[in-house]
Amino acid sequence: MKRVGPLVFEKDLNAPSARVAAISLLALLLAFSAAALVFLAYGVNPAQAYRTIFIETMLSPSGFAEGVRRAIPLLLIGVGLVLAFRVQFWNIGAEGQLLLGAVAAAGVALFVPLGAPFKLLLMFAAGFVAGGLWAALPVLLKLLLGVNDVLTTLMLNYVAVYLVGWLIHGPWRGKSALGFAYSDKFPAAATLPLIPGTYVHWPTLLLALLAALGVWVVLARSGWGYLLRVVGDNPEAASYARLPVFATVLSVGLAAGGLAGFAGVGEVAGVHGRLLDAYQISLGYGYTAIIVAWLARGNPLLAVATALFMGLVFASGDVMKISLQMPFRVTDVFNGLILFFLISTERLLYYRVRWRPRRERD
Amino acid sequence: MTEAKHLLSLKNVTKRFPGVVAVDRMSLELPGGEVHALLGENGAGKTTLVNMLYGFYPPDEGEIIWRGEVRRLRSPQEAIRLGIGLVPQHPLLVRAHTVLENLALGMPSAFFFPTRGLERRIARLVERYGFRFDPNAYVWQLSEGEKQRVEIVRALLQGAKLLILDEPTSVLTPQEASELFKALEHMRNEGKTVVFISHKLEEVLAVADRISVLRKGRLVGTITAAQASKEQLARMMVGREVNFQRSKPPARTGRIVLELHNARAKNDRGLPALKGLSLELRQGEILGIAGVAGNGQRELVEIVTGARRLESGRATINGIPPHSPRRPRIGHVPEDRRRQGIVPNLSLAENLVLHDYYKPPFSRGPLLNYREIYTFAAAQIKRYHIEPPAPTAPARLLSGGNLQKLILARELYGRPALIVAVHPTYGLDVSATEMVHDLLIKSSREGAAVLLVSEDLDEVMALSDRIAVIFDGGIVGEAAAHKADRGRIAMWMAGVVS
Ligand SMILES: Nc1ncnc2c1ncn2[C@@H]1O[C@H](COP(=O)(O)OP(=O)(O)O)[C@@H](O)[C@H]1O
Ligand SMILES: [Mg+2]
Repeated sequence: MKRVGPLVFEKDLNAPSARVAAISLLALLLAFSAAALVFLAYGVNPAQAYRTIFIETMLSPSGFAEGVRRAIPLLLIGVGLVLAFRVQFWNIGAEGQLLLGAVAAAGVALFVPLGAPFKLLLMFAAGFVAGGLWAALPVLLKLLLGVNDVLTTLMLNYVAVYLVGWLIHGPWRGKSALGFAYSDKFPAAATLPLIPGTYVHWPTLLLALLAALGVWVVLARSGWGYLLRVVGDNPEAASYARLPVFATVLSVGLAAGGLAGFAGVGEVAGVHGRLLDAYQISLGYGYTAIIVAWLARGNPLLAVATALFMGLVFASGDVMKISLQMPFRVTDVFNGLILFFLISTERLLYYRVRWRPRRERD
Repeated sequence: MTEAKHLLSLKNVTKRFPGVVAVDRMSLELPGGEVHALLGENGAGKTTLVNMLYGFYPPDEGEIIWRGEVRRLRSPQEAIRLGIGLVPQHPLLVRAHTVLENLALGMPSAFFFPTRGLERRIARLVERYGFRFDPNAYVWQLSEGEKQRVEIVRALLQGAKLLILDEPTSVLTPQEASELFKALEHMRNEGKTVVFISHKLEEVLAVADRISVLRKGRLVGTITAAQASKEQLARMMVGREVNFQRSKPPARTGRIVLELHNARAKNDRGLPALKGLSLELRQGEILGIAGVAGNGQRELVEIVTGARRLESGRATINGIPPHSPRRPRIGHVPEDRRRQGIVPNLSLAENLVLHDYYKPPFSRGPLLNYREIYTFAAAQIKRYHIEPPAPTAPARLLSGGNLQKLILARELYGRPALIVAVHPTYGLDVSATEMVHDLLIKSSREGAAVLLVSEDLDEVMALSDRIAVIFDGGIVGEAAAHKADRGRIAMWMAGVVS
């Protein structure tokens, strides 16, 4: 028990969902208040700024569609991270897994002669496999040698960035690129259809929503989901019960990386239509998706809402750039602050706060 | 003014938790230089009481008076500063650090060179009280008894005048326990006060000067040990007459189930732990493995359950090596039931099907059939009297006794050919112990081979059909239980083989 002024904090390991929601909101609120200081420093009135952002992203159809478009990779990756974090695979490498998915998709798009639906199907399959294997590598290192997965997954992101860079400057550089570093444009059979009037590549959106629903069902109802929850909650008891801990964690790694790979396919086939610079393919979706999974508290269905929220934060970057003349990368400040406050309020989840002013005798 | 002659007094101390009054208006006076036992069943409020003395949480009502002054302890640090030390029921050591590093963590001053001079002070304490442990070992490598000695040394290093030990002997061998008692008497003679928590009557009678009996949060009474009897204490503690005899029909043994021949294995530190151990265990019998902690029990259990591989020699269960996926079902009641035996955030029902979740009727294809799982769980919970009787409650909410019932319900299901029970009643109260013992006896009489590994010699003597003593990685002596002589077994446990 601790006392701060009239508030008393009592330890309570059962975090009811109302408290989880309240503390998540508190973290968001703190993040936006801190961001207000950034606006001030920029000479922009924060109240004015938030009003502009809110009206032009949330309430305008085109702004909202932009948010949805950004939410697609966030949801795919976020759902994968929900799985990964459940088994304590600390995957900071979704960014790299996304890029590998993009590379695999571009390879199929540019070099495999296939007709309309099959080409895209093969791109998604290749993207899943490439992303999955990229994640399997650190998982294997962790399981076999005890290598820290936070470090390996993070480092592999840079390897992926340079792999993309090498491809677009070297072997896959487009004939029509005229000095720019990107691949040739994908043929029509390798591009995804959009919802008319928007840039939302709906097949990937559908895939992401199905992934969220599927993972939810799998976690709650399937034998594999059960195994995953057991291994995640107490790996020692799992190995005492001779459950296949190794296979479970590895399969989770493959699935999480594969979903990030899907996100990469969606970005190149649905948004850009070619392989291009890593920092143009992804705005850091692999990192932001950590916030998506964290805010969703391990629930894949909630990730739909949190991915949309973070997608809208990204979309607000465009608004800030156009209406407020701020750089798009202000969104990074938002992301950073949100994650910071989420993590720093985490411990509050396990305390019950009560109003108990000090009595005389104390 | 009379109070000043007491080191510590409690006045009408009360502590409530949601739904229970854990400590109900208790008053107690502790003079300097006394070994005072707190005796009570699980849930009686012993831990709660000492947690208040140690500043984990304040009492809701009542006063704690330390050397004549009313004190409000806001944190363990304050308690330590006053000279109150606690050896907790479950050690609070950092598993990934060495003993020395853990002890340094508890020291207030030395931030920069935390271990300087410490080794010397530890060596002095070790010499004075006869505690043995390796300061450079990692905590995860220690037995429970060794961890406890580290906790005691930590409290003494911090200058405790009042030393509280929460159920210390539940993790000790008889040998270790009597060493501990000697150390406690030594401390008492130096003027320290020792509060000693237990639910074991014999040892309370043996070691305490005075005994306070707790039941359901109330102090039933305080008596001097010299005037107390075992029966009287049991009655005060349980509130009814207690039967201490275990009824056991004679064993009808069948063919050999478990066989180890010249088994050699290393421990986690890479040192030889089993040095040519051989044993046989048949259907329908209980083989008790007695021994002082750290003589190869852990490695023996790991070999038998398939968690560790032999360096050389042979181990088989019904002719099949234990690590083979084809080996027969084993019921394993693990040493550390909270860490190894349950999945804390999964429900009781989900914990009960840990070995069988993928089989019908619990699974249909890739999907689990929760209706069947809950029906099964409800029946098991009823049969084993698990509290709370809620299949959806997370397993972490269970008390020690109910946790063990849950584990037994799961491990005995499906009639395992072999049951390996490690310290099965460690920390359990009289009633839960009765139930665990009855279940093990019943399983063996129904044909299971039971390997009982326990450091509690009373338990081994009461349950086993045969007793084998493990010392330094081998079996040094074996006897039929009804012919076993306590003195001789104690000699074997100390490694004296005539
Ligand atoms: N932190 C807690 N929250 C809620 N109930 C508790 C807590 N600690 C103990 N209790 C309850 O208080 C009672 C006394 O527990 P405890 O002091 O641990 O008993 P003992 O140590 O004698 O076995 C039990 O009913 C227990 O369930
Ligand atoms: Mg207790």
